[in-house]
Amino acid sequence: MNQKNDDTILDVKDLKMYFPVTRGLLRRKVADVKAVDGVAFKLKRGETMGLVGESGCGKTTIGRCVLGLYRPSAGEIVFNGQDIAGFPEKKLRDVRRNMALIFQDPYSSLDPRQSAGSIVGEPLLIHKVTMAKSDYRERVEQLFRIVGLDSSMSDRFPHEFSGGQRQRIGVARALACSPHLIVCDEPISALDVSIQAQIINLLEELQSKSAGLSYLFIAHDLSVVRHISDRVAVMYLGRIVEICKSRVLYENPLHPYTRALLSAVPIADPVVESTRERIILKGEVPSPLNPPPGCSFHPRCFVAIPECSQGVPGLQDVGEGHEVACIRVPGYKRTF
Amino acid sequence: MTELLRVNGLVTQFNTESGVVKACDGVSYYINEQEIVGLVGESGCGKSVSQLSVMQLISAPGKIAGGEVIFDGQNLLDYQANGPQMRSVRGAKIAMIFQEPMTSLNPVLTIGQQLTEMLVIHMKMSADAARKRAIELMGLVGIPAADSRIDDYPHHFSGGMRQRVMIAMGLSCNPKILIADEPTTALDVTTQAQLLEMMRDMVERFRTSLVIVTHNLGVVARYAQRIYIMYAGRIVESGMTKDIFAKPRHPYTIGLLKCIPRLDEEEGTKLVPIEGLPPNLINMPATCAFLPRCSYKIEKCYKEPWPELTPVNGDHFIRCYANTEVKPSESKKR
Repeated sequence: MNQKNDDTILDVKDLKMYFPVTRGLLRRKVADVKAVDGVAFKLKRGETMGLVGESGCGKTTIGRCVLGLYRPSAGEIVFNGQDIAGFPEKKLRDVRRNMALIFQDPYSSLDPRQSAGSIVGEPLLIHKVTMAKSDYRERVEQLFRIVGLDSSMSDRFPHEFSGGQRQRIGVARALACSPHLIVCDEPISALDVSIQAQIINLLEELQSKSAGLSYLFIAHDLSVVRHISDRVAVMYLGRIVEICKSRVLYENPLHPYTRALLSAVPIADPVVESTRERIILKGEVPSPLNPPPGCSFHPRCFVAIPECSQGVPGLQDVGEGHEVACIRVPGYKRTF
Repeated sequence: MTELLRVNGLVTQFNTESGVVKACDGVSYYINEQEIVGLVGESGCGKSVSQLSVMQLISAPGKIAGGEVIFDGQNLLDYQANGPQMRSVRGAKIAMIFQEPMTSLNPVLTIGQQLTEMLVIHMKMSADAARKRAIELMGLVGIPAADSRIDDYPHHFSGGMRQRVMIAMGLSCNPKILIADEPTTALDVTTQAQLLEMMRDMVERFRTSLVIVTHNLGVVARYAQRIYIMYAGRIVESGMTKDIFAKPRHPYTIGLLKCIPRLDEEEGTKLVPIEGLPPNLINMPATCAFLPRCSYKIEKCYKEPWPELTPVNGDHFIRCYANTEVKPSESKKR
């Protein structure tokens, strides 16, 4: 594989994913749902990028496009130096060896009829990573140890494990082929509060142990995303509205949607709570079938001006890699 | 402040094939007039079951096996679950909002039919008056164009809007107590904030007490004046919100606060997970249920049964033998 030496593992350029809406007997296309509409970001080796947004904002769709599970309508997905967006299925298979996915629901993402060991080992067989039987067994045992499970449990079936343990199996399966990139799609939201921290710590530990493992961490919980990510991208209705370092996210959010989203997350401390700014948004997220003109957030925005509906603001760097898409942010140059 | 509701030693159990599950094992709490109380715990800790027991909505194989629920000087558990006396309390004086707005509305009836039903039954309103009041209530909870949307069906509404309908329904008979069981868990954060703010305004306006049942410590920190923390069917810590968050005393509460990431945390903060798993509630030992996961445990914990709630400071109660004001011995070893 023509792996380049630069430190970018994933470079998504102007990614668009439209799903057609069809009607009638002939399934004529009547409209498009613009699930992802012009998204661009870069992920460095060893970095964790958080992708947050409310349901329906397109964050999962991006994850699936990156993994080649959807064929994007337009745009490039440069992974390890090659654009995989238009790859045929056969070639994708080779690429996928280096990427993995951790699913949201550990109760439905494991085959109930497969033993834990064979779930974890299956990627090894598919990608022909381990040829000899003894290598295979050794690797599976090693994977169990890495995620903190007893390797003697490998003959058990998913229903014999708790939710947290099942998610550990999911993590072990993702790690099987030593991928460069793991897409974590809401990996902890189905778990109990006291178990979530165990999985977060496991993911952090894995990254610090293996040089160059990158995460694309998709979640709706801002506090979790901020905790685990180096940089965070905030999405609204198919577009990224702000990208910044996670440290900056809480201290200096610029986009009005980010500010509202942050203020909506309660902090478990009544003293801090009593002094926080609270922005309560009006209305609900509009349908991606019929998004408002211009900036799609303007109908709910508390700082909107008439110009906001005239054009779509693109992401602009307003200093120190802090990118934002809002004409009301000081330092942002309007281009329409 | 006058006391509205007092629950004493409530025991609710489920007889299953593999044994008796005590979902609530001696739960006691009270609710004052016009107060917002938070009931916090993880899934399966019995927080919802305790509230359903107060409403007598426990169905077989569940059974309320003991305790009393004193409301208006009467023990509600003396009433037959389906009798007229209980029915005159349920929904009218104590109302409940359920977690899943998607499934708790009847899909084949219009919003109007479901909203007016309670008004006609409990408030003895005429159909016309009930409809007017329902439109008014829908406006109050922030449903736009209420007079035309009242004839819509639940599937016409988004999740947030359905939960608004549920809140309107809960408040429709001016209840004394509104129990909100995970009212916003299934919703997005911005919708969650909208609804919780609106609920707080509503309970102020209707002079209702609100019980928020949730697993989200942030929500109770923001809204509740007093909180109860539940673990394995029992209340393990109770007190004023500011006291508990400033100085949590039960090992479980201490652990919970350390294992959730905070939005305002310093960079590089490590989460300290609570090791192990919540216990299986079948055939529980008499000792503390948190014992296997506890980092403060002392010898006494293994020998004596789980202690009762004991005051540590004024209104602040915990159910624990150990001295949690000092650091656990384990952290010294590391």
